[in-house]
Amino acid sequence: MLHMSTHVQTQTDSIAPRHRLRLQGSADRMHIAGKIGLVTSPPIPDRKAWTNEMAAIRDDRDQQAFAALFAHFAPRIKGFLMRSGAHPDLAEECAQEVMATLWHKAHLFDPAKASVATWIFSIARNRMIDKIRKQRRPEPQELPWGPDAEPDQADALAMAQDTERLGQALAALPEKQRRLIERAYFGDLSHSEIAAETGLPLGTIKSRIRLALDRLRHAMN
Amino acid sequence: MTSIQHHLTDALLMGYATGTLPEAFSLIVATHISLCDECRAWMGAYDALGGAVMTDTDGARMTDDSLATTLEMIARGDAGPTPKPHSGGIFPTPLQDYVGGDLDAVKWRWMGGGVSQALLKTDGGPTVRLLRIPGGTAVPDHGHRGTELTLVLQGAFRDETSRFGLGDVEVANQDMSHRPVAEDGPDCICLAATDAPLKFNAIMPRLAQPFLGI
Repeated sequence: MLHMSTHVQTQTDSIAPRHRLRLQGSADRMHIAGKIGLVTSPPIPDRKAWTNEMAAIRDDRDQQAFAALFAHFAPRIKGFLMRSGAHPDLAEECAQEVMATLWHKAHLFDPAKASVATWIFSIARNRMIDKIRKQRRPEPQELPWGPDAEPDQADALAMAQDTERLGQALAALPEKQRRLIERAYFGDLSHSEIAAETGLPLGTIKSRIRLALDRLRHAMN
Repeated sequence: MTSIQHHLTDALLMGYATGTLPEAFSLIVATHISLCDECRAWMGAYDALGGAVMTDTDGARMTDDSLATTLEMIARGDAGPTPKPHSGGIFPTPLQDYVGGDLDAVKWRWMGGGVSQALLKTDGGPTVRLLRIPGGTAVPDHGHRGTELTLVLQGAFRDETSRFGLGDVEVANQDMSHRPVAEDGPDCICLAATDAPLKFNAIMPRLAQPFLGI
C-alpha cells in the first residue's frame, strides 16, 4: 500500500530559512508562467506544509508570509473554482475573499486536525456554495474546547506527513480513477455517483484525527 | 459519543466534503457530525482529499493587483461571523440555526396518529423536518421513492432492521419499506430528510400527504 512507502521528509520549523528561498523561486516561476495565461503546477510537486507562514500571520500579522501563501494558494483556489464552473471574475473575487478569511481566521487553524491546504480547501468550498451556488451550508458544531487549545507539535507533524502521503497516493492513482475523484470535487458528479472505494490512505488520516479528538475530549473531562 | 451505532455512509461524507449534497441532507450530516467524533474524523479525511485535489489543480493567473486588493480587503477588517459555541439544549448548533432555537422553539404541526412534524426551510429540492413521536407510537408504514435519512435527537425507535438511539442515522432507500416504532419513554425526536415523497401503504396517510408536505 502507498501509505506504507518509505518515510516522507516533511519540511519543519528547523529549516525555515530555506522556505524563503524556495518561495522566491516558485513565485518567480509562477510569474513567468503567468504571462502565458494558465499557471501549471510545478514539475516537482510542491507540498510544503506552510504551517510556519500560518503561525507568522496568526502571531505577527506578517504580510510577507501572507504574500507567500497568496502566491501559492490563490491561483489554485481560482483554478479550482473555475473548474467547478465559476466565471473567472467571480473565481478571482472568491479566491481573494478566501485568502482574506485565512488572514482573519488564522487563529482558528489547527495543524493537528488539518493541513493548511485542507483548511483552505474547506474555506474555498464553503465560499463557493455560499457565493456561487447561493446555497446555505450547515456546518458542524464547534468542538467544546475551542480553537485556543495548543496543538501538539507531534500531532501537527504527523498530520502534515499523512497529508503528504495522501497527495502522493492521489498522484499515483490510475488516470481514470484520479479523474473521477477530481470530478467529484469539482462538483461534476452527484453524491450518488461517487465511488467511495478510492484505494487512498484516507483511513490513516481519519484515525489520526480521531486520536487527536479522543485526547482532547479526555483532557477536557 | 461512543454509543452511536449507525453512522453516515461514505457517499454522504464525500458528498458533504465535495459540497454536492442537497441542503436538507447537509443539515443531517452536519448535525450528526456534531454528535459523532468518528464521522467528524472522516469528514476531516475527505476534506484532506479535497485539499490534495486543489493542490494539484492547474492554477489560474490572478489579476496583477490581486494581492494589493486582498490586503485592502483585510485592512477593511470584515472578519465574518465567528463560530458560536453550543449554548445548551438538545439540538446541536447547525440545527438550532435552522429552528431558530432549541426544542422549545419548534412550531409543531399535528400529522395524525399522535405524531407531529415541523418542516424546516431549505433551498428547494429535498425536504427536511423534525418529527415528534410519542413513546410506544408507530409512524405509518411507508416505503421510499428516493433516499430517506433519519437522525435521532432524543429517545429511540426500532424498525424491522435495528434500534436507533441518540445520534444514530438510518439511511433508507427505495428497496426499503418500514414501520418505525418509538420506544416507550420520552418522545422520540428525529430529524428526517427525503429527496422524494414517501410511499404510505395505508389509505389515510396517503390521502393526507398533500396537506402535510410529505
